[in-house]
Amino acid sequence: MQFVKDRFNYLFNSTKGLILVAIAMIGLVTAAWGMLSGPMAEIGVRDWVVRAFGMDLIQAEREGRIVILYHAIAMAVIAIETYMLTGLLKMKPFFKTAINLLITVGYMLTLVFGMGFAYFGHNWAFHGLYITGLSLIFFAGILLCMALYPWDKAYHVANQEHAHLKSGVDLERVAFFAAAVTTVLSALFGAVPGSYFGNGFEVFLAENIIRYPEKTTMEYSVIGHLHIMLALIAIMLTLIIGRWLNFKGLWQKVAMPLMILGTIVLNLGVWGVVTPLQPIAHMVIYVGATPSMLAALFLLIWSWNKLIKDGTAHLTKPNFLQKLKALVQDPLKFGPTWQMLFMNFTTSGIGIFMAIRLDEIFRVWPAREERIELTGHWHALSAIIATIILMYYGDMLGLKGKIRQLYGWSIIIFSDIALAGVTVFEMKRLFISEAEQQPLVNGLMYAMDFGLGMLLLLLAVVMVWRLVDLFKPKGRWTEEAVHELSEEVMK
Amino acid sequence: MKRFILSSSLRGRSPKQSPRWQVRLLTCTGVRRKCRRAIALLAMTMIMLSCAPVDLNAPMPIFESGIDSNAWTQIPAGEFYFGQHNDIETTKAYEIMVTDVTVTQYADFLNGALADGYVKMDGEKIVGLYPGDEYNGVKHEEKIEAGDWLFIPLNDPSQRIKFDGTTFTVESGYENHPMTMVSWFGAWGYCKYYESRLPTEMEWEKAARGTDTRPFPWGEEIQLNNANFYSSRDPFENMKSFGSRTSPVGFYNGQKYGDYQTLDSASPYGLYDMAGNVWQWTGNVYEGMHYRFMRGGSKDVYDMDLRVWVRNNATPTYVSPGVGFRCVR
Repeated sequence: MQFVKDRFNYLFNSTKGLILVAIAMIGLVTAAWGMLSGPMAEIGVRDWVVRAFGMDLIQAEREGRIVILYHAIAMAVIAIETYMLTGLLKMKPFFKTAINLLITVGYMLTLVFGMGFAYFGHNWAFHGLYITGLSLIFFAGILLCMALYPWDKAYHVANQEHAHLKSGVDLERVAFFAAAVTTVLSALFGAVPGSYFGNGFEVFLAENIIRYPEKTTMEYSVIGHLHIMLALIAIMLTLIIGRWLNFKGLWQKVAMPLMILGTIVLNLGVWGVVTPLQPIAHMVIYVGATPSMLAALFLLIWSWNKLIKDGTAHLTKPNFLQKLKALVQDPLKFGPTWQMLFMNFTTSGIGIFMAIRLDEIFRVWPAREERIELTGHWHALSAIIATIILMYYGDMLGLKGKIRQLYGWSIIIFSDIALAGVTVFEMKRLFISEAEQQPLVNGLMYAMDFGLGMLLLLLAVVMVWRLVDLFKPKGRWTEEAVHELSEEVMK
Repeated sequence: MKRFILSSSLRGRSPKQSPRWQVRLLTCTGVRRKCRRAIALLAMTMIMLSCAPVDLNAPMPIFESGIDSNAWTQIPAGEFYFGQHNDIETTKAYEIMVTDVTVTQYADFLNGALADGYVKMDGEKIVGLYPGDEYNGVKHEEKIEAGDWLFIPLNDPSQRIKFDGTTFTVESGYENHPMTMVSWFGAWGYCKYYESRLPTEMEWEKAARGTDTRPFPWGEEIQLNNANFYSSRDPFENMKSFGSRTSPVGFYNGQKYGDYQTLDSASPYGLYDMAGNVWQWTGNVYEGMHYRFMRGGSKDVYDMDLRVWVRNNATPTYVSPGVGFRCVR
């Protein structure tokens, strides 16, 4: 009994254990449900999976299933970010316990019963539990906002190198607070239309109505919700990575106000789509996105500079190659910000290009082509967020030496191969006709499948290792159970 | 072979204390070098294959489906379930073509229409007069003014209609395939020439679905030999080279063609190809947008896009090897 109790205590009462469970859950869902679409459907794997698991897939409910699937995965990702926050930032123990408890029960209910409802017949009790899960996560979010309240003197900066107000208020904490509060409000922004459309399963995918000139308030709300939630997950992760790397100094002092401003303005712009301000909402969104992205850029500049300085400290006058070597010598520290930079190729760059040339190029193509760009670029962003989390998780595990190199570079290379494939696939119509595209499509599909497949394989290996470790009396888990993330912030 | 062991150690542990989970990969320097070369070679091969040219005139299997492309069928007036969420709508009675307009039919139209002055040559394209649409100045809306608009391009390698200066002919093997590489104007012009019109989206969907809530014209589920869709392994596709190609109209009628057995996939009213093969232009012109809508999915999309309520749209000048049409009257 003690055996089970100790493991349970580690998995559900320590930050690293909770993160491990959530990653494992996402991994399982991704692996299983990834077999229902794309090439897996082409080669017949989908049909086998549907039969083997007894799934009940009604054609008219595909969009509803997908919406629940996205929410199930997203809630687990939000849980991981929350665990990271409660592990990294100072807060009262009650809040930490209550938040972690609520969000853990919440995301598990959401994931298990949401997927049960969506894919295995419509047991409405499951739907109720799914909604209960989402509600618990919402309450956890409210508690998180209270816990992060930055004007409490206990949370004022201790180190003058961190961005702060004259009163001592920690601007990094304000940025976390702003992201948390706007996330909770933006969740409401989705909950209202979710209740409206979800009642009777009459849902739609935003990418399917993008060209309609007239959209209802509820439709605008759904479109706004999905955009802002992903953006906020990315903003929160950027702040988390900054905390882990101990982002400080002049760059941080400039970045934090920008991040706060960007987060608030971005949200105001998105919420504005359901108000009479809708015609200028996009402009407000651009205004908000710019400082947020600048703040991320400053984190990148600072961290790369630090990696180079630390890596060449023993040299009197390092040359370019020595600096480059220092920059990339630790893939788990270099990787997160590299992925943020790579995101500009897969997501931001594509988005800006589309916005600039929308009517001249993209709206000349059929809607189904535009849909590929729309879904492709946010899938790519989601995947990048996942890889950054995995890299931080790799550091949490204490990976060292060649394994650290292998793990870190595998994530970077495999994901970038896959995402580069996705990006070229999205944009293929710029340089190849429909009639001539098949060999290129095949090559890109191989790149995507290879990259994502290897990434999943790597994750599976890590998960198996962690499972085996759990059976050891003094496995790695015993150390993880007592070490908190705040103790492992970079020096 | 020189053994090379990759080991890892935990934070703060000496190698001697390393736990059993140490990963040991057996390899050697020579093998690693060969592996790198093999990976580089594989990557190069993949890139080369990805850039391989496609033979757009690869031989097309010839099959006769036996379905009359000149046939029309009556759709009665009355209610039906419209859209994914089964809204109840009503149409008047109308007749609709049993199949998509074929390449032969369109070539015949062009020969007649050119002689009548209904269409004309404009460089490498055929154009015809369209009276224009009302412009509302809505964001992203483009003006469709009265004038000559593209019916079909003649210089596109995917165009199966050829013009020798006097007569339009059909590329051999494509006679009974659906007409493609035709703009919305070209589809609209064809129907108008024969005193018919493009179906509205409602008319199209009722003809495809009948009066129940089925997602596909033939029923609840889709199998590979129900329709021509992406990677459906029909006799016309080669996913290593040219990908999907059109199938003759009415091909999926339960016949066996060589070794390939089709399922009878007619709609409740006896229409063929209402799912897959080619997207079909519909006639609605909506206020505030210049896009025209298509229905039915095509040879280039996955099965989910073959559901009867799925919509696609494009500018009315858009042409594609995966877009055709049929008429109503």
